[in-house]
Amino acid sequence: MHTLSLNELAAGLKARKFSSRELTQHYLGRIAERDGALNSYVTVTPEIALAQADAADARLARGEAGLLTGIPLAQKDIFCTEGVRTACGSKMLDKFIAPYDATIVKKLHAEAGMVLLGKLNMDEFAMGSSNETSWYGPVKNPWDLSRVPGGSSGGSVACVAAGLAPVATATDTGGSIRQPAAFTNLTGIKPTYGRVSRYGMIAFASSLDQAGVVARSTEDAALVLQAMSGFDALDSTSIERPVDDLVGGLGASIKGLKIGLPKEYFAAGMAPGVRARVEEAIAQLQALGAEVREISLPNAPLSVPTYYVVAPAEASSNLARFDGVRYGHRSAEARTLEELYKKSRGEGFGAEVQRRIMIGTYVLSHGYYDAYYLQAQKVRKLIYEDFKRAYETVDVILAPTTTGTAFKFGENSDDPVAMYLNDIYTIAANLAGIPAMSLPCGFSEGLPVGFQLMGNYFDEGRLLNVAHQYQLATDFHRATPKGF
Amino acid sequence: MSLTPEQVQQVAHLARLELKAEMVPTYAQQLSNILAMVDQLTAANTQGVSPMAHPLGLTQRLRPDVVTEPNRREAYQAHAPAVEDGLFLVPKVIE
Repeated sequence: MHTLSLNELAAGLKARKFSSRELTQHYLGRIAERDGALNSYVTVTPEIALAQADAADARLARGEAGLLTGIPLAQKDIFCTEGVRTACGSKMLDKFIAPYDATIVKKLHAEAGMVLLGKLNMDEFAMGSSNETSWYGPVKNPWDLSRVPGGSSGGSVACVAAGLAPVATATDTGGSIRQPAAFTNLTGIKPTYGRVSRYGMIAFASSLDQAGVVARSTEDAALVLQAMSGFDALDSTSIERPVDDLVGGLGASIKGLKIGLPKEYFAAGMAPGVRARVEEAIAQLQALGAEVREISLPNAPLSVPTYYVVAPAEASSNLARFDGVRYGHRSAEARTLEELYKKSRGEGFGAEVQRRIMIGTYVLSHGYYDAYYLQAQKVRKLIYEDFKRAYETVDVILAPTTTGTAFKFGENSDDPVAMYLNDIYTIAANLAGIPAMSLPCGFSEGLPVGFQLMGNYFDEGRLLNVAHQYQLATDFHRATPKGF
Repeated sequence: MSLTPEQVQQVAHLARLELKAEMVPTYAQQLSNILAMVDQLTAANTQGVSPMAHPLGLTQRLRPDVVTEPNRREAYQAHAPAVEDGLFLVPKVIE
């Protein structure tokens, strides 16, 4: 059952080949047997899952089920789930039982009828590219247990790649959906900024954060993204605009589609095995009728430095709420209020989060604000204008997702700058707020390689259409890791 | 731009973060490396460029000033480290 697509699972449920309870038990069994090797789940929720499965079976019996009703899903542990620990990969929130549901949790479970299998491991507060910053220990890559799954959505990709959930939610602030998807042979999409509600999603960098999905195919991703998207009055950054039919447009031909290849993304720095696979993907899309042309995004090389001003600045402000008073870790050692703040935060946050809080505090401090923060927001405008100009002549932009394949544990963990450069190809889409996705295009020395598609604002449907047409012509996305 | 251990301690104070003493030299080195990478931004010509405010040029939406939330104080205080009579407890502030 764990090899079936969401459409196949829906058909099986509808035809009563298996019940949602049986399907859920199958996944719970796989998690119990196999997640010890991966560490992808932080919390498994069997009681909730079986109750939701029974409710789904009742809905199916009454003929009131939607397409996703009864299909299990796992949530990145950044989304608040009422009555369930929501720890965001941090000691700070290790004992935090969320008192309410995130909007997407409501939409996917209460409304669509999906079954919550559990909460997924992640880099602490989504800050990391390897899942090594999690308080709950690193997640292993099911393709090679000595390698990272990528981050910050490492638990999301590891569990889906290993068949420990059919599909999972994820979030992307600088590449946290796309880089891990590329490292584990999955399809992951980050929609336009504001397309999916962030109510109940723990904030990292609010001008960049966006929720999305990781799946085993574009079709699966489209089905879940469709159910997650839409306006939400509870999120002040949510966009008031109807959601396109993401699934209905998958079958359209891409003949005549104009694809831009930004020359800055194809310069030196990419591993030869990645370059070869991405070039093959371009040739495949050309064979399907797409037209390819070189474009320039001249300010894209400044994405990483821009991001490492803007994101820490926002993080230092967002994480000020963790003060040891209202929720989260509280130091037992504090004698004064100032000590309470300092010790609670010093004990509760790990090293990467502390680094980013300090960088953010520094770039926002008196005397440095103009030189760092204001300059970064101006360069961000230039990056945004590069994309606007590009979309006047092309429909989508194609680029590599990562410079290499999944790296070994410890390889970058002592050198923050080396780790940050992992997201060199993904960050620009967050800075501009455009939708972007990664999908599999083959292997290099046995490890998955992904390529990236970036679209114009609200062009999720077109991205998914191109990706689906590519996946109809290829079967890289069908490969699964040995042993799972 | 490089940060001394003393500057790191000052920034940590501003962020209300107590650092382990043995981490301070490491942080000074790492934060200096990050700032050196960020310094590439100074070379960009941004004359006449207005800073980015929102990718879609949107402004904050207003809602009618009506009560939308019920009182859930007990639920929201259930996970607080220390509460008494509906109030959050902190160490003594005024001697």
